This record gives sequence, C-alpha cells and structure tokens, in this order.
Amino acid sequence: MAVSREQMKDIYTRMCRIRAFETAAKDLFAEGKIYGFAHLYLGEEAIAPAVCECLRDDDFITSTHRGHGHIIAKGGDLNLMMAELFGRYTGYCKGKGGSMHIADRNLGILGANGIVGAGHNIAVGAGLSAKIRGTDQVCACFFGDGSTNQGTFHEALNMASIWKLPIIFVCENNHYGISMSQDRHQAIKDIADRGAAYNIPGVAVDGNDPIAVFEAAEEAVARARAGKGPTLIECKTYRQRGHFEGDPATYKPKEEQAAWIAKDPMPRFEKYLEENGVMTAEEIKGVKDAVDKQIAEAIAFADAQPFAPEESAVVDVYSDIVAEVRER
Amino acid sequence: MSKMMTYGEAIREAMSIRMRENPNVLLFGEDVGAFGGCFGVSAGMIDEFGPERVRDTPISEGAIIGAAVGSAATGLRPIAELMFNDFLTVAMDQLVNQAAKMRFMFGGNISLPMVVRLPAGAGTGGAAQHCQSLEAWLTHVPGLKVVYPSNAQDALGLLLSSIDDDNPVMFFENKCLYATKSEVDNFDPIPLGKGRIALEGEDLTIITYGRQVYTALDAAKKLAAEGIKAEVIDIRSLFPLDKDMIRESLEKTHKAIVITEETKRGGYGGEISATIAEEMFDLLDAPVARIGSLDTPVPFAPNLEAYYMPNDVDIVVAAKKMF
Repeated sequence: MAVSREQMKDIYTRMCRIRAFETAAKDLFAEGKIYGFAHLYLGEEAIAPAVCECLRDDDFITSTHRGHGHIIAKGGDLNLMMAELFGRYTGYCKGKGGSMHIADRNLGILGANGIVGAGHNIAVGAGLSAKIRGTDQVCACFFGDGSTNQGTFHEALNMASIWKLPIIFVCENNHYGISMSQDRHQAIKDIADRGAAYNIPGVAVDGNDPIAVFEAAEEAVARARAGKGPTLIECKTYRQRGHFEGDPATYKPKEEQAAWIAKDPMPRFEKYLEENGVMTAEEIKGVKDAVDKQIAEAIAFADAQPFAPEESAVVDVYSDIVAEVRER
Repeated sequence: MSKMMTYGEAIREAMSIRMRENPNVLLFGEDVGAFGGCFGVSAGMIDEFGPERVRDTPISEGAIIGAAVGSAATGLRPIAELMFNDFLTVAMDQLVNQAAKMRFMFGGNISLPMVVRLPAGAGTGGAAQHCQSLEAWLTHVPGLKVVYPSNAQDALGLLLSSIDDDNPVMFFENKCLYATKSEVDNFDPIPLGKGRIALEGEDLTIITYGRQVYTALDAAKKLAAEGIKAEVIDIRSLFPLDKDMIRESLEKTHKAIVITEETKRGGYGGEISATIAEEMFDLLDAPVARIGSLDTPVPFAPNLEAYYMPNDVDIVVAAKKMF
C-alpha cells in the first residue's frame, strides 16, 4: 500500500520532533546543561519515523547509542527523555541511565544501548518471544554501519533467518563508524548485500527519503508478521555531526559534508509535501511551531525536576535485593 | 515421596516441572534438542515439549545469551544453556553489559527473568578451554545472582527458584557431579541465599560449594580420625551469600577454611575470606585459610589435572596449622 497523506504528516511530525529535540540537545550540551555523552541523530531523521510508522505500539524496537531518534519515533515521552538527559529522578530511568540507556517497556522500546552491535541479538530474543507466545508482534532492530562488522550482526541474522523470526533489521548507514569511513571499515558498498549470506532479502534505499524507507519497511513488516522471516533494509544516510558532541569530526571531508547537507531530509521532505499538496507551507510551519513548543516545555519540565535521592542508587540492581548492595 | 536421582536428572526434572506449568518457560542452547545436551541433561525433553521449546541453537554463544535477554524482556522465562562455562568469554557482553545492567540502567523499567546454565569444573580431561571454574567473573557483576548446587536435591530446588526469579541467575553445574545419585524428597523451590550444613562439627568450619563439598567431607573424615570435628557449609548460592550461616558456625568453631575449585588468585574464595576477615574477625582464633586450584590453566593429563586441583590433604594440612 502506498503511503497515505495522514501517514506522511505523521512521519513528518515525528521527524520534526527529532530534529528539534536533537538541536536542543546539541545546544544544551554545549551550555553544559546536560553531560555525559550525546550521540545525535541529526541528518538521519527520515529513517526511524518512517519505519515506526509501520509498527504498532505493541511491536518492539532495539536501539543504539544514537537512540534519541528511535525512541521519539516509537512514541517516547519527550519530557521523560529530556529529564533523563538532565539526570533527574523523574526521567525515564530515574537518572541512572542517561542518553544511551532509555527504555520504555510499555512502548516496546527495549533500550538504547551503549555497546555497538548489542541490539542485534536482543532483537532475536524479542522475535523469538513473539513466535513462542504466538503473537504477530514484530521487532525493528536499528543499528549503524559500524556494527555490521561485529560478530553479533552475523550471529543475529543467521539465527533470525533459520528460525524465520519477525525482525526488520534496519541498518542506518551513516557512512561512519566513529572516525572510520565506510570505505575504510568494510570492503563492500551495499551492506544490504550481506542479507544474501543468510538467505534473507536485503534492500538498499535512500535513507534521507522517508517514503522510500516507509515502502521498504512496510513490505518487511508485512513479511515478518506473516511468519516469512526477517528482512535487512539498508538506509543510506549521513551523520551530520561528529560521533559524539565534542567530536570536531575533522576526519570528514568538507565537500562530502556539504554534499550531504544539501540532501538534508528535512527541507527535502517539506518540499515534497508542499509540491504534492500533502501539506501547505502554513501547515508545515504549524507543525514546527507546535514541536518547538513541546521541546521548550520538555526542557522546562526537565530543568524543574529533582535529582535522585542518593539512596535510590541501590534500588533496581535486583528486583528483591537492596541491603547487600548498599555495603561499601 | 523420596527417590534416588542423579544431579543431571534433578536439573532436567526442575526444568520439566516449570515447563509443564508455564508455556513461557523454554530451554535453548547448543544441541539441547534431539541430541539431549552435551552431558545428556535435557535428554528426552524434546519428546515432551517439542523442538520449539527445547530449541537447538547454532554455535553462537553471544546470540544464545542475547536471545535470552531479549525474550526475557518481552514475556518469556528462558533457560539458556552454554555448553561449557568456558564459552562465557564469547557471550560476556550480553551477560555483563546487557543482562546484568538493564533493570538498573532503565530505572526498573525492564525485568529479566532468565537462567543461564553453566557446566563447569575440571576432572574430565577437557583441558584448558573446557574445564575452568569461572564463577568469580560473574559474582563480580552487580545485577547477576550466582548459584552452584552440589547434589540432586539442591540442584532441583535451586533451579526451581532460579527459574522463578525475576533477575538473571547464573546456574553453575559441576560436570563431574552429573552422574552422581542422591536422594530427592522435596520438589519445592529452595530459596537462593540460604546455605546448607553438609556436616555438623564444632572445631573448625570448612566453607565451600559445588563439587568441593565432597573434598571437604573427605577431609572432615580424615580430621575426625585425628579428633578434629569439622563443620562443612555448602553455601549453595554465591550471591546472595548466607553470611548468617557462616557467622553462626564461626561463633562455635572460631576457625575457617575456604575451599573452592577456581584458580586461587581473584577467586570467590577470596571474597568469602575477606568477608569473614572484615565482618567476623572477632570470632576468629586463626587467620582464614584459603584453598583453590593452582593459578595455572587447567592441564590435560590426568596426573597433572589432579595435581592442579585442590584435595582433601590440602584441607587437612591447613586445618592442622590452626590447632
């Protein structure tokens, strides 16, 4: 089925939310308001919203260290996310996780993840779970090009393939594994080709075009729900920032950066929406204004939240043991 | 009802009991299906529960543990078997950075009711990569529970508790014990964190777990012949640890020997010893003695392997120095 107007609007709204959240995170990090690590999704906004448009609330996702976009796309609460980035007690993880460890069980978000390649096998578990419990839930597993050189990628694709698990492996090929460009870190151009090694369909799409991503994801989700097994979708995109905030990214050639900025998914999709009569310029501005307001509210919410009481540090190590972990 | 069971049969019985009761409990690992598991522990289970729930996996230890994490996070209570605890090395990220930390780093949002079964220990001629005792690697990780039964009754009861637990439980099994038979008369869970007095005595406390319980009992027999009555504590779970049982025994004996099969340096025996020294120093009449295997890889040849491992004479020698 072709993407509907409502779906396009929804995808665009989520893209805007991510762009605004990440822009704010960038500034807040520079101001010292948030600390730790911030790996931003700027430039990759077309992917997660388009994939998640094909998912239900009870479907699962696994994410990465660059996870804000995935969480927002799956419906994550902006206030709770921002409060977590601020390290506050009322944040998603009660101040214990931070940017790289946001999860929301009720939305099927099985966690952002600080270990490159760790989500692949967790997705296998989620897919196995759906199969054993006899539901038609699926799991979208987001990961970057760098992680496709980890053993976990190959183990997971193999296992998902032999068991025909309902998983959509979504590779966000932003062309860099930290400082190493794709042409240096692997000898292939299309990561989608790696699907062939496991007898699963591999498709490469323009990752800065949400409609292309949606069409590939929709087919993969239908295939997964029908019990036909996993699909590997490679979305070619670009990490507009450094690996983390503070990384000057001097290893990126200026011409390359400029060429990809010219393909930025936000203005490009806005142009498409206007030209195809999906949204007017005014409606687009309306969405942007509303999103800006939501982000401002999230920052105000986060800033007003309390830090965690110190004794909360010993809670949730185990479901039932506290005293033993309090000893120093 | 009382019956004789092997350690391996007791483990199979515990898994089968819970799998009959709960369709969300399943077993997966290398060759656990028709092959019955490398040590025959799951033999026949595939006939009762089918290949979906007694599931053979490819040789992909990282994915085995990862699949346990992902399925536990989404509604199952998986039991994952690693063929040898030595293969933990391949799966360590999924255990240490994922399973152990998720509840905490997600602020309690995700629960991981999963068991990892880990055949361990020397004595089978498996040499350096198939015979290690790596429990201390896991006791060092906050978020994991670590259990190590020494007999059929405890294996059954502790595994039931481990499956029922809402935290990742690392369930060590000693390979040399699989075929040993003992009486089982209780089919209820045994709570984690409760030790067992394997032998009562009043002169000396020997603290141990797993197969070394038998080394300790052998030593106790030799010591008894010399008039020293040793008490043997089988701690059964390493974490949580039954410190109360150790304390109560030391209040009586005032002397402690800790014996474990791990290589000595950095082992869990050191943790037990340090706990006694820190918290029960006033009770001691002598320094805690700590016995482990040699700090070498596990050698292959039977005579070298036997030399590598601790034995009852080591305990007797250590004990005599205390009197």
